[in-house]
Amino acid sequence: MSEQIRCTNVTLGYEGNIVAEDIDFTICEGDYLCILGENGSGKSTLIRALLGLLHVMSGEIKRDPEIAKSGLGYLPQQTVVQRDFPASVREIVRSGCLAGCGLRPFYSKEQKALAERNIERLGIKDLAGRCYRELSGGQQQRVLLARALCATEKILLLDEPVTGLDPKAQQDLYELIASLNRSGVTIIMVSHDVSAVNYASHILHIGSGRQLFFGTKEKYLRSRLGRSYIISEDPGSIPETDEEDEAPEESGLSAKQKAAIAAGAGLLTLGVQQTIHRYVKRGERNV
Amino acid sequence: MFDKLAMYFSYPFVRYALIVGLLIALCSSLLGVSLVLKRFSFIGDGLSHVAFGAMSVATVVSVSLRSAAASDNAVAKWITDVINKTNSMVIILPVTLIAAILLLKTGQNTKIKGDAAIAMISVGALAFGYMLINMFSASANVAGDVCSTLFGSTSILTLTEGEVWMSAILSGIVIVIFLLFYNKIFAVTFDENFAKATGVRANSYNLLIAVITALIIVLAMNLVGSLLISALIIFPALSAMRLFKSFRAVIICSAVISVICAGSGLIASILFSTPVGSTIVMADMAVFFLFCILSKILRRA
Repeated sequence: MSEQIRCTNVTLGYEGNIVAEDIDFTICEGDYLCILGENGSGKSTLIRALLGLLHVMSGEIKRDPEIAKSGLGYLPQQTVVQRDFPASVREIVRSGCLAGCGLRPFYSKEQKALAERNIERLGIKDLAGRCYRELSGGQQQRVLLARALCATEKILLLDEPVTGLDPKAQQDLYELIASLNRSGVTIIMVSHDVSAVNYASHILHIGSGRQLFFGTKEKYLRSRLGRSYIISEDPGSIPETDEEDEAPEESGLSAKQKAAIAAGAGLLTLGVQQTIHRYVKRGERNV
Repeated sequence: MFDKLAMYFSYPFVRYALIVGLLIALCSSLLGVSLVLKRFSFIGDGLSHVAFGAMSVATVVSVSLRSAAASDNAVAKWITDVINKTNSMVIILPVTLIAAILLLKTGQNTKIKGDAAIAMISVGALAFGYMLINMFSASANVAGDVCSTLFGSTSILTLTEGEVWMSAILSGIVIVIFLLFYNKIFAVTFDENFAKATGVRANSYNLLIAVITALIIVLAMNLVGSLLISALIIFPALSAMRLFKSFRAVIICSAVISVICAGSGLIASILFSTPVGSTIVMADMAVFFLFCILSKILRRA
């Protein structure tokens, strides 16, 4: 698998103010990277840097030449402008092809065909003539995904894609993204949502101005950070059984507790995994 | 009534007015959709005030040059000649263009927020312009001058042939640019960040939009005066957005609305001797309310 993006010792910031430093990770073809972090941890700054909209203060973001040329397919957060935008689905999907136009004023036949293919691929063919502002949130996200795929089929960057969707639509969108990933599209997803972790192959966790974790999902779930994040972000899923009694403890990270936690690590891992399992199940029940 | 119309249309200045009026209406409606959707409606308003300021500078400069060259020698004659031939657009156009670019830039890196910057520049220019005209104008009827610049009461009917050509060429440029960059303007309007991320030079296209807006405003000052220009830009767009659901349909519809309203407004103003600018804006408003009602009915049906 070839490397598509490599960040080495990147420091990010605006006008001399450092937002995040020591960012260090690689993304390979076919990866599904989930970027976690609280508000203000530098996630959106990192996105801007990955998209090439912001220069790094130090370090280097190295892109595969092909990626550098086509750019990243980007699914931004919805803006106010878009909510009441009078445009048909087809017009919007086609606008993803624009970068390939250069100075040519209109879309070529191939580009139009590409747009149609992507409309079909995301299952919105029957919506193609509809007005964007009349669609549901989940449908709108599909439209924007189709547009991103028109820009590039190599790598997609999704910025909190499930925000504002109902649980069923969230689940559908996650499944859709996972199926795109299985068909070979590299996914970078920024998320608040804990259940996003389940679909990822790699996790990048940033917080308090630096990188806290980068590695595979399995490693993340075994790490202390991963366990505490998943439980503290999702207090509702902590069940009142003896087995999980230890769970809240681990967010308090005093030196004393470390020993205890290390000792009970095996048991905890089991517990956490069950917590996640239950969380997912609960999600399905909500559906 | 038709006799009266036929009589009026036998005058070349009325024909000029109609041609220029329709062209200006077409141009302003094209970009209006984009400006409304980008939440830039007020930029049009701000720029028109800047254009008013520039207009008064132009007036004052030409007046003072003329009085300075009031002697009999050849140089003085040449200066007077030049002033009479060049029209005030030579000053207004570049000033408005620069203001448009500045406004766009301040909107992006924000020490002063976009809307505050617009408000600041627009009232500043308005006050400055009025001050200049009041202090230096040689004309006996300052109030009348100001009124006609602000509300365009008669200037559309007093166009010289040169001004008609200039307006026609500028409108032609605007229309061609819009058609060539239609897809880019759509992309930048709908989602600037996405466009930037995929390597489209969104900032250049934003600049292009600002420049065309400035062009349109300078043109439209003749038709409706600087205070009413925004109406010409936003009303057709807003009306079209009530009913139509694709970007292309909205653009086409708003162009049609704008041309029809400008045409009927001009004719009505000639027939009933009402002020041109406000009659056109009234027609635009009427269409807007009609479309509002229509969209309500259609939604219920």
